[in-house]
Amino acid sequence: MATNEFRLPDPGEGLVEAEIITWRVAVGDEIKINDIVVEIETSKSLVELPSPYAGTVTALLADEGQMVDVGAPIIAISDGVGDDVPAEPADSAEPPEHQPTGKHDFVPPMPGEKMPSLADGEGPSRVANLVGYGPRTTEARRRPRRSGAPATHAAASSSNGDDPAAHVPAQAPVSSYALPAEPEAPAAPTPEPEPDRHVTVLAKPPVRKLARDRGVDLTTLTGSGPGGVVTREDVDRASRPAPAATPDATAAPAARTAPAGGPTRKADPDRETRVPIKGVRKATAEAMVRSAFTAPHVTEWVTCDVTATMELVERLRDRREFRGVKISPLLVVAKAVCVALSRVPQLNAYWDEATQEIATLHYVNLGIAAATPRGLVVPNLKGADEMTLLEMAQAINAIVSTAREGRTSPSDMAGGTFSITNVGTFGVDAGTPILNPGEAGILCVGQIARRPWVVGSGRDERIEPRWVTTLAVSFDHRLVDGEQGSVFLSTVAQILTDPGLGLLF
Amino acid sequence: MDDGRNGVPEGGLEDAVQLLTPTGERVDHPDYAFAGDDALVRDFYADMVRVRRVDAEAIALQRQGELGLWPSLLGQEAAQIGAVHAMRGQDYAFPTYREHGVTIGRGVDPLRLLAMFRGIDPGTWDIAGLGVHLYSIIIGTQGLQATGYGMGLERDGLVGSGDPERDAAVVCFFGDGATSQGDINEGLVFASSFNAPVVFFCQNNQWAISEPIERQSRAPLYRRASGFGMPGVRVDGNDALAVHAVTTAALDRARSGNGPTFIEAYTYRMGAHTTSDDPTKYRLDHELAQWRERDPISRVRAYLEATGAADEAFFAAVDEESDALATRLRRDCLSLPEPTLAETFDWVYATKSPELVEQLARHEEYVASFEEAR
Repeated sequence: MATNEFRLPDPGEGLVEAEIITWRVAVGDEIKINDIVVEIETSKSLVELPSPYAGTVTALLADEGQMVDVGAPIIAISDGVGDDVPAEPADSAEPPEHQPTGKHDFVPPMPGEKMPSLADGEGPSRVANLVGYGPRTTEARRRPRRSGAPATHAAASSSNGDDPAAHVPAQAPVSSYALPAEPEAPAAPTPEPEPDRHVTVLAKPPVRKLARDRGVDLTTLTGSGPGGVVTREDVDRASRPAPAATPDATAAPAARTAPAGGPTRKADPDRETRVPIKGVRKATAEAMVRSAFTAPHVTEWVTCDVTATMELVERLRDRREFRGVKISPLLVVAKAVCVALSRVPQLNAYWDEATQEIATLHYVNLGIAAATPRGLVVPNLKGADEMTLLEMAQAINAIVSTAREGRTSPSDMAGGTFSITNVGTFGVDAGTPILNPGEAGILCVGQIARRPWVVGSGRDERIEPRWVTTLAVSFDHRLVDGEQGSVFLSTVAQILTDPGLGLLF
Repeated sequence: MDDGRNGVPEGGLEDAVQLLTPTGERVDHPDYAFAGDDALVRDFYADMVRVRRVDAEAIALQRQGELGLWPSLLGQEAAQIGAVHAMRGQDYAFPTYREHGVTIGRGVDPLRLLAMFRGIDPGTWDIAGLGVHLYSIIIGTQGLQATGYGMGLERDGLVGSGDPERDAAVVCFFGDGATSQGDINEGLVFASSFNAPVVFFCQNNQWAISEPIERQSRAPLYRRASGFGMPGVRVDGNDALAVHAVTTAALDRARSGNGPTFIEAYTYRMGAHTTSDDPTKYRLDHELAQWRERDPISRVRAYLEATGAADEAFFAAVDEESDALATRLRRDCLSLPEPTLAETFDWVYATKSPELVEQLARHEEYVASFEEAR
C-alpha cells in the first residue's frame, strides 16, 4: 500500500515555517484530492491547505500548535492500492533524470510514459515539490566535476565543497531550502544518498564575497531573506561579536544553562498556564541572556528637570511642518542621544571578539524598544544621526506603528548601534536596562511627571512643580569606562534640561 | 470600522449599464442591447464555470506547494468572459496577471498559465496567433503598449476600412489600482490624442490589494474618461450580457476609426489579491456576502433555468467537463518538465545573435563538464 506524505508548502512567498492551527481530518478519514485537511497560520495569514492526495489518512505528523518548517511532512495518506504495488507503475528501472533538452511541449505524457517530477528520484510515492520556494532536490544535488574543468564557478560558493561531512544534515532547518528531513519511512532506496545531503546556501554573489572576506561560513547561517536567502545583514550579524559569533566564549554555555538555572518545577496544569517559548519571546530571551552574560553591565542614572523639553515639544506641535506628525518627548530624547553620541562615540561602538578589536561606528542606528502584542521588539532608525528632527519624528512613528502591527522585519531590527527604552510610558521612574546584544549602550527613560523641584538660588531659591524624569544608561564596561558613560548621560540630561545646549556639542 | 464601505458603495451601480439582474431577469437599457442569442448565453455560462474551476484548481495547487503564486479571478468571470466574447480574431488583448478568463477565452491552454505561475515557463504562448499578449505583471505597463499597438494598427491601415474581417482594435485590461499609475494615464492621453483604436477595459474590483477604491479615486473611475476626451461608461461587471454589449459597442467604435473608449466594469474580487494575501485582515465578511448575492455565474444560470434555455443535463455536462479539465490540468501540471538554463537562450531574440550562440555553447560545455553522477 503506497503512502503519500504531504509536505508543508510555502503558502505565501518566501515563508519558512507555519503553525498547525486545526486539523480538519483525523486518522482513518477517507479524503479526496483538494479536501481541506488542515488550517495553518503563517506570519502572513491563516490558510487552509487542500490535500494533494486521495485516500485514507494514516497519520497526522504534527500537532496542533506546533511550528513546522516548510518542507516537513505533516500528514500521511494511504492510497489504498494493494501491497507492494507502486502508485505509479514505473516501467523504467533507472531513476528518471530530468531531460535537459527542448522546450516544454505541454503534451501530457502518454500512459506508461514517464511523468517527470522533482520527486521521481525518491521512489514511487510522489512528494509534494515546492516550486520556487521549497525543497528542490535538483538544486541541492551537486555533481562532481571532471578534473581539469575550469574552477571559476566552483569557487563562487563557499558551500559547494564536495565533502559531505562539510554539510552536516543537522543543518536541515536552514529554512525552506534545506532538504526534506529524513523520511520517516523511506519508500525506496535512493540511488545516491550522500550527494543529496548537500545543503545549497542561497546568497547573492556580493554577499558571498562579503562572507568570504569576513571569514563567515555561509552554511552555518540561517538566511532571513525571501526563501531563506542569506542576506548582507545575516553576514553582518554573524561577523559581529556578541550576537552570534562567539560560540567559544563563555556566552554559549551560559546561555544554555541560564534559563534552566532556576528551581525546577513540575508541571501542574491545573494551577498554571503554559505557552511554548517561541517567536519574539524566544528571540528576546536568547538576546537578553547572551547580552547579560557577555557584556559586563554598568548602570548609572540621573534625575533632571525636563520642563524646557516639554515646552519645546509643545512649540514643535504648533509648527506647520510638523502638522499631522505625532511628537512626544521621546523625539527630543532621541535627538539628544544622537548629539551625546557624537560627543562620546565610545558608546556607539561594539566589541569585536573575533578580531580582538573595538569598532567605533561612524553612523547611528538608533533602536527604539517597542512593546507589541507579540512581545518586545527593537527596530532601529537607520542613520538617525543624519536625520532632521522632522525626519526623525516620522521615522519613529513609522517603526513604532510597524512594530505594533507586528510587521517589523528582521532587517528593521538588524544593525542597531544604540537603543532607547521608554519604560516611562508604563508609569515607572527608572530601570536598569540590558543591552541589545552587539551594542555598547542603552538609555532608559522613566516617566515624565510633575514633581517638586528646587529652582533659583540665593534669596530667590524656591520649590516649584516641574516636569521631572529619571534617565538611566547601561553600558558595556568592557569598552566604556565610567567617565565616558557619565559624560554621555549628563550630556543627554543637560540637553533635555535646556535643549538650547544641544547647540554646544 | 464603519468607513462607509461596508458592502456595495452607495450609487455604485445606479449609473451602470445592466441587462441581466442578479436574479436572472433580462432588463432593457436605452443605449445598449445584448446582440447574442441564448446559445451565446450558454457559452458565457460554460466559460465562466470553466475558468472558475481552473482558478479553484490553481489555488489548490498553490496551497499544495505546486505553484509559487496564483492571482484569483473569482468574482470577475463575467467581466472577462463578456469582454473576450466581444473580441474578434484580429483584435488584440493586453491582459494583466488576473485575466485568466481573457487568456483562456482567446485560446491559451490553461496549463501554460499554471506553468508560468509554477515558475518554469516565462510566458511562451503564441501571442500573435492568439491575439493575446503576455500577462503584465508590473501594474499598468500595458496601458502604453496597448496604445502603441493600436496606433500601429491604424498606421497599418487596419482601422476604419469598413471591412469587418480586416478592421481591428485593442482591448487594454487593467484594474482599479492601475488607474493610479502613470502608464495608464499616459496611455489614455496618447490614445485620445491619436484617436487610437483602443478599448480601455478597467475591472474595478474595489480593492487594489488592501486599498479600497474610495481612497484611490474621489470620482467614479468612468467619469475620468471625459477628462481624457473619450467616452466613459460604467457597466455592471458581474453581468456578462451587459459587459458583452458595452464592449461590442466600444470595439465597433474603435475598429471603425472613431477612437478609444473607457469602460469601467464594476465588479468585485471575491478572493484574495493573490495566494500571498489574506483579505480578512482588511475587509469585512458582510461585504463579501453582499457581493456573493451578485455572483456573475448564478444569475446567468438563473436566467437559463427560468427561460428553459438550458436543462439540467447541460449544467451537469458543464460541471463534468470542468472537473475533467481540472483533473487534466492537475496531472499535467505535476508532470511538467523542469526547464534547463539552456532554454532561456531561446527566448532572448527571434534569432540568436552570434554572441548568444557563443554563450550558449560555452554554457553547454560547462554543463557537460560535470560528470554524470548516476
